[in-house]
Amino acid sequence: MAVNYSVKEEADGHPSGGVGVPGGGAVGGGGGGAVKTRKPDNTAFKQQRLPAWQPILTAGTVLPAFFIIGLIFIPIGIGIFVTSNNIREYEIDYTGTEPSSPCNKCLNVSWDSTTPCTCTINFTLEHSFESNVFMYYGLSNFYQNHRRYVKSRDDSQLNGDNSSLLNPSKECEPYRINEDKPIAPCGAIANSMFNDTLELYRIDNDTRIPITLIKKGIAWWTDKNVKFRNPTGDGNNLTALFQGTTKPVNWPKPVYMLDSEPDNNGFINEDFIVWMRTAALPTFRKLYRLIERKNNLQPTLQAGKYSLDIAYNYPVHSFDGRKRMILSTISWMGGKNPFLGIAYITVGSICFFLGVVLLIIHHKYGNRNTSADIPN
Amino acid sequence: MRTRGYPLAFPAFTWEVRANDRNYHMQFKKKFAFCLTKKKYAGNAIKTAKYNVFTFVPLNLYEQFHRMANVYFVFVILLQTFPEISTLPWYTLLFPLSCLLTIRGLRDLIDDIVSMGWSERLFHWQKWRDICVGDIVRLRKENFVPADMLLLCSSEPSSLCYVETADIDGETNLKFRQALLATHQELVSEESMAAFDGRVICEEPNSRMHSFTGTLEWRGETYSLDSERILLRGCKLRNTDVCYGLVIYAGFDSKIMRNCGKIKRKKTKLDCMMDRLVIIVSVVQTPPALVHLTWGCSQHSYLSALYKHTTPAQQAFFNFWGFTILLKQQSLEGIRDHFFINWDLEMYYAVKDIPAKARSTSLNDQLGQIEYIFSDKTGTLTQNVMSFKKCCINGTIYGNFWWTQQHRHNSTSLWPTADHHGEKKLDFYDATLLEAARRDSDPVLREFLRLLALCHTVMVEEKDQLVYQAASPDEEALVLAAKNLGYVFLARTQDTITISELGLKRTYKVLAMLDFNSDRKRMSVLVRDPQGTIRLYTKGADTVILERLQRRGPNETFTEMALDRFAEETLRTLCLASKEVSEIEYSMWSRRHHEASVLLQDRARELDKLYEEMEQNLQLLGATAIEDKLQDGVPETIQLLKLGNIKVWVLTGDKQETAMNIGYACKLLTDDMEILEEKEIRLWVRSQPHVLSPKDKILHTGEVLKEKGRLWQRLACCKATGSQDRGSLVEKAFVDLATSCQAVICCRVTPKQKALMVQLVKKHKKAITLAIGDGANDVNMIKTADIGVGISGLEGMQAVQCSDYALAQFSYLQRLLLVHGRWAYLRICKFLRYFFYKTFAGLMAQVWFAFHSGFTAQPLYEGWFLALYNIFYTAYPVLSVGLLEQDVSAKKSLEFPELYVIGQQDELFNYRIFGVTLLHGVSTSLASFYIAFWAFEDHVGSKAVGDYESFAVTVATSSLLSVLVEVSTDLPFPILAQQQMFRDCSPGLSDTIPNASLNALTDPYILLVVLLSLVVNTIPSLTVHLYHTIMGKTTTQQVRAVQGLARRGGGSASCQHWCPGLVRALLVRGRVRFPREAAAWTVVVGHVTSP
Repeated sequence: MAVNYSVKEEADGHPSGGVGVPGGGAVGGGGGGAVKTRKPDNTAFKQQRLPAWQPILTAGTVLPAFFIIGLIFIPIGIGIFVTSNNIREYEIDYTGTEPSSPCNKCLNVSWDSTTPCTCTINFTLEHSFESNVFMYYGLSNFYQNHRRYVKSRDDSQLNGDNSSLLNPSKECEPYRINEDKPIAPCGAIANSMFNDTLELYRIDNDTRIPITLIKKGIAWWTDKNVKFRNPTGDGNNLTALFQGTTKPVNWPKPVYMLDSEPDNNGFINEDFIVWMRTAALPTFRKLYRLIERKNNLQPTLQAGKYSLDIAYNYPVHSFDGRKRMILSTISWMGGKNPFLGIAYITVGSICFFLGVVLLIIHHKYGNRNTSADIPN
Repeated sequence: MRTRGYPLAFPAFTWEVRANDRNYHMQFKKKFAFCLTKKKYAGNAIKTAKYNVFTFVPLNLYEQFHRMANVYFVFVILLQTFPEISTLPWYTLLFPLSCLLTIRGLRDLIDDIVSMGWSERLFHWQKWRDICVGDIVRLRKENFVPADMLLLCSSEPSSLCYVETADIDGETNLKFRQALLATHQELVSEESMAAFDGRVICEEPNSRMHSFTGTLEWRGETYSLDSERILLRGCKLRNTDVCYGLVIYAGFDSKIMRNCGKIKRKKTKLDCMMDRLVIIVSVVQTPPALVHLTWGCSQHSYLSALYKHTTPAQQAFFNFWGFTILLKQQSLEGIRDHFFINWDLEMYYAVKDIPAKARSTSLNDQLGQIEYIFSDKTGTLTQNVMSFKKCCINGTIYGNFWWTQQHRHNSTSLWPTADHHGEKKLDFYDATLLEAARRDSDPVLREFLRLLALCHTVMVEEKDQLVYQAASPDEEALVLAAKNLGYVFLARTQDTITISELGLKRTYKVLAMLDFNSDRKRMSVLVRDPQGTIRLYTKGADTVILERLQRRGPNETFTEMALDRFAEETLRTLCLASKEVSEIEYSMWSRRHHEASVLLQDRARELDKLYEEMEQNLQLLGATAIEDKLQDGVPETIQLLKLGNIKVWVLTGDKQETAMNIGYACKLLTDDMEILEEKEIRLWVRSQPHVLSPKDKILHTGEVLKEKGRLWQRLACCKATGSQDRGSLVEKAFVDLATSCQAVICCRVTPKQKALMVQLVKKHKKAITLAIGDGANDVNMIKTADIGVGISGLEGMQAVQCSDYALAQFSYLQRLLLVHGRWAYLRICKFLRYFFYKTFAGLMAQVWFAFHSGFTAQPLYEGWFLALYNIFYTAYPVLSVGLLEQDVSAKKSLEFPELYVIGQQDELFNYRIFGVTLLHGVSTSLASFYIAFWAFEDHVGSKAVGDYESFAVTVATSSLLSVLVEVSTDLPFPILAQQQMFRDCSPGLSDTIPNASLNALTDPYILLVVLLSLVVNTIPSLTVHLYHTIMGKTTTQQVRAVQGLARRGGGSASCQHWCPGLVRALLVRGRVRFPREAAAWTVVVGHVTSP
């Protein structure tokens, strides 16, 4: 069986055909009557001649920027600093770790104690609080940003989803089911909700005048109206709607008994919503109540003696936590924080200083690079 | 060569081929892997595409996971599937990774399709594929040999068969192969071919191109076979109408395929570094991941229940891996824009319509780091077109007007008898010589031209005009020259040569051919002219001829001077001489010659001795000078590359003289260099292993090293006999010596040795190498080098098919390296720098946050933000760098090749820069985190309430903006895309944490915080930049400034303080390279020297 075989045809067709590697050659076999030239297009993009803007940092452009930053930052810093200083703020640590503290007796309160431990702390405001006063509770060394803790909630349950209500998300474990009933609201965040009750009295000649604490309007509007909703069903009876669920383990009472007013009860209880918006850092404060200014004649809180009644339910001693009550007026920048003002002043000064130093350097050595900014 | 009853002396020969018996070969299998077997005799189909439909996905994935980053990535994704560990939503990691894998996979696929030209291959190679071992194949003239085969017979007398091996070893001359007498005589018709049942027993397929041993058993007789009987795949049949061959090795078994090294995935230096960095980064991540162990959460009553079911050790474990996930590095592969290479008009060769082509997409940055270039000579540096330029006859030099080009003499009728033959290749035009030849008065001139027409091995074909097929282009040029001067070589038979002398036809009887070899460096022909006189005509290298002259008169001295002059003009010179031989002398010599030529032992040595005797007492006729034209711009390119600190080595199969001439011609060698030749090297290398501090000797000015193939054998010997370390010591010594030379030329190297050479430098110098070549003989080297460049020129396409880049001309290399390579390196480095900066700046905040979240790996950023952070928000400006960054224009890049050095020294991205980048990123993240931290701690804003989400948005916005500003101070932006980019960013941010970010970003307090951290992050780097600007420390600015100076002719500024090095470098070469601009440079000099 001889193979009479000629490779003539192929060889003719592909004069430049290589050996071993197939292909007449994508690159070289050009001549074969191809009319179309493979000359690349002469466009700005393909020839890499696109206009591009590149900031050229020269003393002429950067030094003024330094001075301008300096000149802007220092006044801003001073403004912030002054604003921050004008904010009245009063803070009481009522954890009760010191034996002398009135709340010392409540230090070892536990979640499941039935009778609340109450204590009263008296304090004096040196200055009056002129505008609206915000009342906060502050916790320290409390890791609301703990990974497992943050995840331990079911947003669809909180949004009023009926199926999630009875079958909460797995993320809530181990606060998902208690005694064969689903927990509402489930999860560790809800379970550890802050439940101290704070009441403020002004002591005027030994009479305790209660100060009205407004408990609504402390949560974000979107939270209250969008993110958190009560389950829906026939009627508005929350007790019925939460039928079949059980209260979180640490709670003394179920979610539908958080408040007497129906628009502040259940999942849309604002204390609850505020708690559920987890803090970023282990030391945080959360809005507790508002104290509105009654009239323009007298300050919201006049200087004088006050007493704070605390229903001490929330145990923090076990993890060295601290509890505080904070009274504060606010400005456009929120509460008191001297940091930002100081930081602005510092940065502004540094900028200015650097500007001066660089200017000196520039004057000393800079005349030799007049050609450095020749555009390319 | 017929050895009757030849015993099977080689029992190891297990390769058995039976002619015309396909079934026999089919039955053999050999073990391949485990229990898999494959056919022992490979088919002739050769597949070079990497992928097919089925293997694409697994193979490509396998390749991609060679990158550490991807492996790490997948590992992390796997970890995430455990709910205990998972810190981020699943899509956070999977999304970028799959994007990445898809993009890269598609790119690889396109590469593969483009490079192999699938459709074309299927069509073209259909028939070659069907050939099997044992088939008998008929080949016609100009056919390529489809497989290694045994020549059975040919149409030429005495069964000669001429082949051109350009595709195999790059040599363009014809070589002859001869069939066995037996087969030639018996197999006369195709019927007898079909009945042929010979049995070939030979060695297993191997890569030795020039050796073959085996036997043919046929009709009870055994014939011995050697490489003279074998036609190798890839040869081209020339001057032979038809020949028949028996296929012995097919497909991957053929010698040429065995010689093609394995295709290896090429990895760039930066890739390797990235791999290491990924490991470093993951190690660096370990401490924060471990720190959490010190933090117990069990006493935190509100948390303890979460950990009821896990022991502390388990917690530690889960937390550790949780951190690993959180801190994972997303390695966004640099987009290496190879398209710009394909699109470059400056690298488009209009003559042949060939644009440059980047066949590999992932090696561009490496182009900016080349330290050694290994170049083939023929066809790469030269055009492989020889032309006769000058000659010196009997003390007269002709050809001074050599630069008058073809156009003139094409129209001029040179000689009545010559014009119908036409002449195309003669660049030589000198009226005086023509006149002298026509006058026919000078016997020396007559002899000179006669010699040119007689003493050669050129074949002639008479079609409508004479077509010369020369063993080498030099010979062709000489014969053509003789033809144009009236001495036309007309025909050659076994023992006669017919020439036409000034129109008169004369037939010379060839008595003996004293053929050329590289030791003799000369060839002679002994002829009897029509009058009956016997003459010896010799041509050869000047050194050899001059020492065999009968006498030395003024003519000879003058010729020697002429030779020197020719050599200075980088022409290839030959000396011509002749003598008359008496009848007695000849008959004695002839008898001995005959005796010697039938000797079986030492035949070559005896013949050499006889030739030596004959070639004595010559009379010098003159000298010729031939130019092997360099490609356009080769000397300039080499000069530029040298200035860019790139060393160019020439590896060629040519002989030493030729290589040296070319070396001088292309400015690789200059006169002030000292040349080290083979013998010196041997001494050197031999002494070297013991003396390892030869610095003082190496360091004298310029050395050029010559290296011959034989050194390799010596090295091989060393290895075989001596201990392994001695061998490697010799290697090391050799490389040390070679790399300390300015230029290296290696002659007489085989394809394998070329590759070994590259390997050696790679191994001992850890340098990035580039190999450039055009022929199949360069394939090995192209594949071995870090970057292979193929010249798509004359010698087939094999080199191009295996290369990473295909160029049409050697001179485009300067643009490829100095412009595209440098830009690509610059871009990738900037990209990497900003990529790492961005990653650290963004993600290290996670670590700081961990210190304040109980080391629980709580993500600071929202899942989608994390996923998009790397890919879109910051990759966009960074990618614009990849496409637009040009520190200096292309023109300036070529004017200042020194800029290339930064790539070789890894100056733009190395561990130090990585460290600086890391610190920079860390400090940015520290600033953005802690500014937000102090502003937020125990604080409630007017809108934001100090919650986790507002905090996250604040930190994310600050670090994002900081990165953007940082990037934009140093990088170019496409003018149009700029606003687009900022528009893209902000809605994306708001989408992630809807109301939180809305509340946060409208809170003036938060905005002030963001502004503060932005300024804090920007000021230091701005200061550093400005400082460098003022002090003139950046290369770019130095160059820009010098450019400015040059443009103004050094008119204004004095730059001696801040760029002395650069200017001094310019001084040295300014006059050399830019004669026209010399004035400008000189002015700069003035400024430097007169402070």
